[in-house]
Amino acid sequence: MEEITPFHNAIQDPFALASNIKSRSKKIIGYMCSYAPEELIHAAGFHPMRMFSSKSDISLAENHLQAYCCSLVRGVLEDSLAGRLDFLDGTVFPHTCDSIQRLSDIWRLNTNYGFFSDVVMPSKLNTQSSMAYMTDVLEKFKKDLEKSIGRTIRDEDLSNSISLFNGIRKNLARVYELKSQSPGIIKGADLYAVVKAAMLMDRDELFVLLKNLVQKLETRKSGPVHGKRLILSGSVCDMPDIYTLIEASGGFVVADDLCTGQRWFEGQIPEDLPPMEALTDRYAHRVVCPAKHSGNTSRGEHIVNLAENHKADGVIFALLKFCDPHSFDYPYMKEFLAKVGIKTLHLELDDQQQGQGQLSTRIETFISMI
Amino acid sequence: MTDTSTNKNDDQNKDQDRRKIKSAKKMRDIMTTYYLEAMTAKENNKKIAWITSGGPVEPLIAMDIIPVYPENHGAMIGASKMGEDLCVKAEDMGYSSDLCSYARADISCAVVNGGPIGGLPKPDMLVCCTNICGTVLKWYEIQARYFNVPLFILDTPICHTEYSPEIAVYVRKQINEYIIFLETQTHKKFNHDKMAIVGRLALQGQKLWQKILNTTAHKPSPMSAFDSFFFLALIVTLRGTQTAVDFYQELALEMEDRIQRGISIVPKEKYRLLWDNLPLWYQLKWLSNKFSDHNACLVADTYTSAWCSAIKYIDENNFLDSMAEAYTRIYLNIGVDQMADQVLDMIQFYDVDGFVMHSNRSCKPYSFGQMDIMKTVREKAGIPVIMIEADMVDPRNFSLSQAETRIDAFMEIIKQKG
Repeated sequence: MEEITPFHNAIQDPFALASNIKSRSKKIIGYMCSYAPEELIHAAGFHPMRMFSSKSDISLAENHLQAYCCSLVRGVLEDSLAGRLDFLDGTVFPHTCDSIQRLSDIWRLNTNYGFFSDVVMPSKLNTQSSMAYMTDVLEKFKKDLEKSIGRTIRDEDLSNSISLFNGIRKNLARVYELKSQSPGIIKGADLYAVVKAAMLMDRDELFVLLKNLVQKLETRKSGPVHGKRLILSGSVCDMPDIYTLIEASGGFVVADDLCTGQRWFEGQIPEDLPPMEALTDRYAHRVVCPAKHSGNTSRGEHIVNLAENHKADGVIFALLKFCDPHSFDYPYMKEFLAKVGIKTLHLELDDQQQGQGQLSTRIETFISMI
Repeated sequence: MTDTSTNKNDDQNKDQDRRKIKSAKKMRDIMTTYYLEAMTAKENNKKIAWITSGGPVEPLIAMDIIPVYPENHGAMIGASKMGEDLCVKAEDMGYSSDLCSYARADISCAVVNGGPIGGLPKPDMLVCCTNICGTVLKWYEIQARYFNVPLFILDTPICHTEYSPEIAVYVRKQINEYIIFLETQTHKKFNHDKMAIVGRLALQGQKLWQKILNTTAHKPSPMSAFDSFFFLALIVTLRGTQTAVDFYQELALEMEDRIQRGISIVPKEKYRLLWDNLPLWYQLKWLSNKFSDHNACLVADTYTSAWCSAIKYIDENNFLDSMAEAYTRIYLNIGVDQMADQVLDMIQFYDVDGFVMHSNRSCKPYSFGQMDIMKTVREKAGIPVIMIEADMVDPRNFSLSQAETRIDAFMEIIKQKG
């Protein structure tokens, strides 16, 4: 399917992608987590680009982060120290977990990309005062951006960005929906490429490409497919092989609870509210990350709903080793799923991981069991 | 022959006795009474709140709610070498072995009622302050589900570079929410007069604790960080009570008396060291002896001083307003560069010859950034630094022989410099 090619190209060489964007005299702001207010970055005229680890061997980052720090955080720091992110004109660190919190400090003390901002979001999202604080934090970030560009971000600019990102979200959600309806319509590895590229590419270009892809998929006939319907849950799932292994074992991913997936793009930002208010609403009410609190059982209920809505046969927890927030939630989410009869598999992953032999066996066994 | 050696032993025992800190027994008694009271809270119609170590305990004391500290319990579990067993039990429940060992030990202990005191008394409510880590947020959610009790979260955003006006407003609002939460849980009006008294006692306790820690600037030092790890329990659990103030007054007097009589904790103190991060609760004695054998005294640490690191923000006449800032700007909730500055200040104040860093697998916000602090210390203070890889409660992440070799080598460098 030729509509997929640009997405694969984008993720294959993010550095070439970045220099291409730079050549159009756009400045690039890197960010670590899906709570980064991309809309504001975009409205300020910057290109927002999510930072993934290039999965190179860790050597320089060894001098800053111990081995019990997750491979994503170490990997991104390694890329920075090795000069692979020199195309960046700035970075943004929304507050999420303890590791990213300290990465922000280490980054501030050891790198210099120009713009730098900590967006110290609240850790709880279910009170009025935390919402007021969220608004304050977003306003502050807006001011930081404005100071850097030397002009104000007009409501109109922000509304336009919100509208564009809503369009992107809507199309991504549609791709997922079509995939859930007829899983054979698009391969898992292609879906992975689409979502990852959506966090890297020029957003106007992306919007058009996504629209074309949706059109193509809507007309695409997919024969009946047999296999187990699975959901992936975790933080960043930057491993196309997982999708391939699942498909080779007779399953397919029909939905996810990933911050490189539905947690990031599900839902719309209300366009009938003043834009800053709408942003607060978005970051308060989007599908929650385990590093934030929105009730004691919200993630458990969400995964059960997701599994039931998508008629899932099983859930695979693809968790990064040393990721505390997800590891703490895993036992209770598994228990919630068990109560409704949904089986789970726990995979402990490492971004730098090589060789998928053991992974393949575990996925195969799991799928044959459910 | 026999007689001389007996005499020698007698002398040694006498010397050890002389060096022993006498207040230790009293402190043990106070802690026993405290735990007994907590264990019998139900019979006395008292409510129990589990609270994080960096959490705002003063309003609880003012409301006559008994605070119970799972982290203090974690330390007890570690010190009684029951950490591994309880951590393994949590792993059997599905919790990763990479998670905080305090959390793992507490989570399984709640289920099996294990540990040195047969488990903590059940909570009526939970109070979680995020100023120490994000781990407590997850840990307390787990306990809120398990015990099915209300959870109050005091969200204290990290001050990477500043205590911003937004943070100040947000935390101050939450102090009011906290009070309403406590009123709802106890069906009692909040007593502001009592709060004022408790606030003063808390500040007094913290100042005394600081005074005690400061006595180790004296050469030779009357006590070591190993003693601070022990005596810390009161400023954590009984902060805001007269009991804590009275005890620390006595302890401060004892330290001054030791200084006057020239009683040092390490018999031949020659080298002075600063410790970073939580202790290795299961190896306190070994570590203490190890350094002592090298005539080295760990005179101070960044951990126990965290309970008085925000004194300057407290206004004793306006405790509730000022506690927002004091609880937000504690040692762990600031940027790594500010932490390094505080370490440099301590190195100077206590005049230390070396810096011992515990890279603690259980505590990411404390340990990540340590390598940058290490670099700063080497550059600006010019003293040797060692990093020991371990864990505060789970002994499986500590190799004694490796640590021994490294400490010996580290001490050799210090001796050569000296």
